[in-house]
Amino acid sequence: MSERLAVRKTYKLFIGGAFPRSESGRSYVVNSSKGEFLANASKASRKDARDAVTAARKAFPGWSAATAYNRGQILYRVAEMLEGRRAQFVAELVDADGVGVRKAGELVDAAVDRLVWYAGWSDKIGAIRGSANPVAGPYFNLSSTEPTGVVAVVAPGEGPLLGLISVIAPVIVTGNTCVVVASERAPLPSVTLAEVLATSDLPGGVVNILTGSAAEIAPWLAGHMDVNAIDLTGAGAELAVTCEELAAENLKRVLRPPTAKIDWLADPGTDRMTAFLETKTVWHPIGT
Amino acid sequence: MSTTTTPFAEVAASTSTLRAFLHGLPGVDRVGADARAAMLGTRSIKTTAKRQAIDLAIRMVDLTTLEGADTVGKVRAMCAKAIHPDPTDPSVPAVAAVCVYPDLVATAVQALKGSGVKVASVATAFPSGRSSLEVKVADTELAVAAGASEIDMVIDRGAFLSGDYLTVYEQIAAVKGACGSAHLKVILETGELATYDNVRRASWLAMIAGADFIKTSTGKVSPAATLPVTLVMLEAVRDFLRTAGRKVGVKPAGGIRTTKDAIKYLVLVNETAGPDWLDPDWFRLGASSLLNDLLMQRQKMASGRYAGPDYFTLD
Repeated sequence: MSERLAVRKTYKLFIGGAFPRSESGRSYVVNSSKGEFLANASKASRKDARDAVTAARKAFPGWSAATAYNRGQILYRVAEMLEGRRAQFVAELVDADGVGVRKAGELVDAAVDRLVWYAGWSDKIGAIRGSANPVAGPYFNLSSTEPTGVVAVVAPGEGPLLGLISVIAPVIVTGNTCVVVASERAPLPSVTLAEVLATSDLPGGVVNILTGSAAEIAPWLAGHMDVNAIDLTGAGAELAVTCEELAAENLKRVLRPPTAKIDWLADPGTDRMTAFLETKTVWHPIGT
Repeated sequence: MSTTTTPFAEVAASTSTLRAFLHGLPGVDRVGADARAAMLGTRSIKTTAKRQAIDLAIRMVDLTTLEGADTVGKVRAMCAKAIHPDPTDPSVPAVAAVCVYPDLVATAVQALKGSGVKVASVATAFPSGRSSLEVKVADTELAVAAGASEIDMVIDRGAFLSGDYLTVYEQIAAVKGACGSAHLKVILETGELATYDNVRRASWLAMIAGADFIKTSTGKVSPAATLPVTLVMLEAVRDFLRTAGRKVGVKPAGGIRTTKDAIKYLVLVNETAGPDWLDPDWFRLGASSLLNDLLMQRQKMASGRYAGPDYFTLD
């Protein structure tokens, strides 16, 4: 019997719920932590970024209007799907990070737990960030949270799965949609994550994942007038300054890169969720 | 062929002569037309050429609102936008015309006075065209009396599809008579004509009957304007100029939403009818949401950053 041909996966982008190749037709070589060839990944261009923003904007009204309960359920569903692909992610993390199988397993478990943790926050974040405000007048004064809009995310270079989940989940759980520039060094887990998202009832366009050079794509996202916020967690110091300057033009919310190395296994707290929330305050007259 | 001012007079003598003429037109190669339109759609228009194309497309726009919910206020707002599409940038040219229902023509005329932007009005029981000739003519006269300088009429598709070409011809001719000095655009509603052969026949029929423009669609039927249908119509006006010596304009309308689409149409015009048609007098784009995309692309080229819809008017 002749030997079976290998069926190799083409690593593509994730835009609007579909898996297109880069508009530019470019790709780049992805190596393992030991320097061995793993695959060719798509190298996204600024036009892919623009298309991703269009998709994210289109998805925003539906996703932000979905009930918090529904968003939580969908995030939980993502966790379920991730769990089902545990072995695949473990293998990819071993390749990408050079960690042992056991450590990789712990990281995947932590990523699943992180999703479940954020899923639980969907209908609770309003309780800690909203308030009934005492005012000196005949009014009910209520503040509630609203999502910021389309958020560009430069994912951390380290932690290709746990780090990625830890920046995406807090953005979307509150009703934002996002365009993520995945880790340039280790993009393959992000493409597999896209396959998980595509099978998790997450509406197309809520999460868009681009692989390629952050230095090339992030400034276009930072300058884009239809992006409302940018998370620079994975941007280097120099790139972060460029992006923050560009982001000033339309007063984007900017989450600056951390000054110290982040321990992604630690309790994340609510800061990443609250960074991309707006507060709406309503004055409602009492009586007639 | 006679050389009088109406070289097709004998063609329009009866239904049978019209039928013989229209069915004698060469058939359209559907696959070929689709392939050619798709091929021309892949042309890459960049930098300076793109900038010129965007400005030309803006000048060709017939800014349209044809909703049951149209109000005087909405039409006034649209007219203001027609004169200064981007109030923050005076270098943006005005659009060609605004297109409204007959009862709102007077409002538009007043709002556009002295601006050079024309007022077009749909008429003849738009969009279905299902009414008597008297009503259609009266509808047209109403719009012309209110000051419309262009009339967009619809043909009777029922009559056309059942082969009653003479009725369609006579209605167009009668409406043309009612237009006076106003330009007549004839809407073929190609989405209901089923075949490209019918599009070619309807184009010729409208031109013989006196149309100044032939227009693809009302925008109320899907599919509206498509590239291949516009290709067929552009071929028809090109051939009509050669045969009858009269130049007719083309207006695709409906479904053109992006700058990329608009530029594809401009390429199609240039390659089919020729550069003579690349002028707002001979080619129009019936659209509403297209204008904002053109403005966003224009701003992107000027500022170097992608523009967002938050910075343009909601229409």
